[in-house]
Amino acid sequence: MNIGVLAVQGDFAEHCHVLRTIGATAIEVRLPDHLAGLDGLIIPGGESTTLSRLMSLYGLREPVARMASSGKAVWGTCAGMIMLANEITEADPVPLQLMDVGVQRNAFGRQVDSFEQALAIRGFGDDEYHGIFIRAPVIIRVGAGVDVLAALPDGRPVAVQQGKLLATSFHPELTADARVHRYFVALAGGPSFDPDAPAIAAPRVR
Amino acid sequence: MVVDVLTGTFTVKSGHAQMLKGGVIMDVVTPDQARIAQESGAVAVMALERVPADIRADGGVARMSDPTMISQIIDAVSIPVMAKCRIGHFVEAQILQAMGVDYVDESEVLTPADEAHHVWKHDFAVPFVCGCRDLGEALRRISEGAAMIRTKGEAGTGDVVEAVRHMRAVQGAIRKLRTLPDDEMVVEARDLRVSLDLLQQTREEGRLPVVNFAAGGVATPADAALMMQLGADGVFVGSGIFKSGDPARRAHAIVQAVTHYQDPHILADVSKNLGEAMVGISARSIPAEQLLATRSV
Repeated sequence: MNIGVLAVQGDFAEHCHVLRTIGATAIEVRLPDHLAGLDGLIIPGGESTTLSRLMSLYGLREPVARMASSGKAVWGTCAGMIMLANEITEADPVPLQLMDVGVQRNAFGRQVDSFEQALAIRGFGDDEYHGIFIRAPVIIRVGAGVDVLAALPDGRPVAVQQGKLLATSFHPELTADARVHRYFVALAGGPSFDPDAPAIAAPRVR
Repeated sequence: MVVDVLTGTFTVKSGHAQMLKGGVIMDVVTPDQARIAQESGAVAVMALERVPADIRADGGVARMSDPTMISQIIDAVSIPVMAKCRIGHFVEAQILQAMGVDYVDESEVLTPADEAHHVWKHDFAVPFVCGCRDLGEALRRISEGAAMIRTKGEAGTGDVVEAVRHMRAVQGAIRKLRTLPDDEMVVEARDLRVSLDLLQQTREEGRLPVVNFAAGGVATPADAALMMQLGADGVFVGSGIFKSGDPARRAHAIVQAVTHYQDPHILADVSKNLGEAMVGISARSIPAEQLLATRSV
C-alpha cells in the first residue's frame, strides 16, 4: 500500500514512521507530482494556516480534491481535519471542503488547555484509545452522510468518517496504538482491519 | 463514570513542538508584524518588545516584554504565540503562563536573572523552549523540563556561522554517541554533565528526544534551508525578517525554503528579488563579553 503523507509542514515524519511500522509504504508529498500512484493520503497535524497557504501555492488543492472524489482514502489529523472540513468558524485558513462537517479551530483554548483523554472508538473493541489533543479542533456540525466514530464525554465528535474520508481531532501518530493507522490503511484497500493487532514500539520524535 | 483528563503533560508539551516541525517561527514586535507573519505562513510568532538586533544595539538590561503588548499580539493572530522570559526568572514564566502564552522561550537574548539555575520547567503547564550550543547543554535543559530545544546561534547578527557551529556540534555529538560502547557511556555522561538515562535514550533514538529548531543568525531562504539540511526540525527567524527591506516577501520566501529545503530549484526561485537582507554584523567581530550564546549554559 502506497500512502502519501502531506509533508509541507507538520508532524508528517511521525505518520510516516507509524505507516512503515505496520507494513505500508509511506511517501512524503510536497508537490502535486508526488500524489501519483497513491492509495491514500494523510494530512498531518501542523499549523492549518501554514498548510492552507502552502497547499495553494504549490497547486495541491485541486489534485487532492480529485483524489478524494475518485474514491481514494484521505485522513486528516488535527490541522488535517480542519483542512478536510466543509466549513470552519473563521475566514482563515481556507479548507478543502471534502467532508460534510463544520469545524471549530482551537476549540479547547490555548496550549495550556491541551489534554490527553481516553476515548471509545466505534469498531475498536473494548480497549479505549489514548487521545492526545493539542490546541485541537472539534467538530460542530455533522452532515447527513457522516458517521461519528468517537466523541468526548460531553458528546462533541472528535473522529468522523464519510465514505473513505476520515478525520480525527487528536493525534494517533503520537501514540504506540496504531489502530487508527491500520483502520485507515484498510480503508485505502489494504489488509482488513483487526482491532486486536498489537501495539507498536513507544512513540518518539522523528 | 470518572473521566480522567490530563493537561500540562510532557506529551502535550513536546507534542505541540512536533506540530511546529517543518515550520518557521518569527520574531514580531507589533500586532501588525504578527499578522504579516501569519499571512506569510509562519507556524508561530515570538512576541517581544525589541528584536535581538535592537537589544544588542541598545544595551542595558533586557527583560520580559510588557504584557499589554503580548496580549495584543495574542489577540491579533490565531497561530501560537511564544514569549521570552529571562533565564532563571520563574516569575516572568508564571506571568507568561497566566497570560495564555502558548510557549515560553527561556532565552539568553534577555539578560539572565540567575547565572546558576534555569527555571524548573516541569512545574509548568505551559511548554518551554531553551537554547543550546551543544549536546550537553541541550540534554541539561531537557532534564529541567524543556519540551523543545533550539540551537542558539548568535541572535541579532544576521550571521549564520554560530547557528551552523551549534547545529553541527549537537548532530556530531549524537553521531559520536552511536559509536560508543556501553562501558564508555558513563564517562561520556559525566563529561557532558548529563544523566546517563537521557544520554542512552538519545543514543537509541539517534536524535534529541525533543524537537530541535535552529536559531540565531538566519537571514535568507538559503540560510534556512542550510539549517534544515544540517538536521534542524524547523527554524526561528528573529531580526532577519523585520530588519530586512521587504519583510512580507522575505518571510514568505523563508517559509517556502523550509518546506522545500532539499529542492535547489525552488530555493533559487524563492530567493529572487527579496530586497535588502538585514545588514548584520559578523559574529566574529563581537567581543566575547557581548556574546549572547555563552550566557548561563
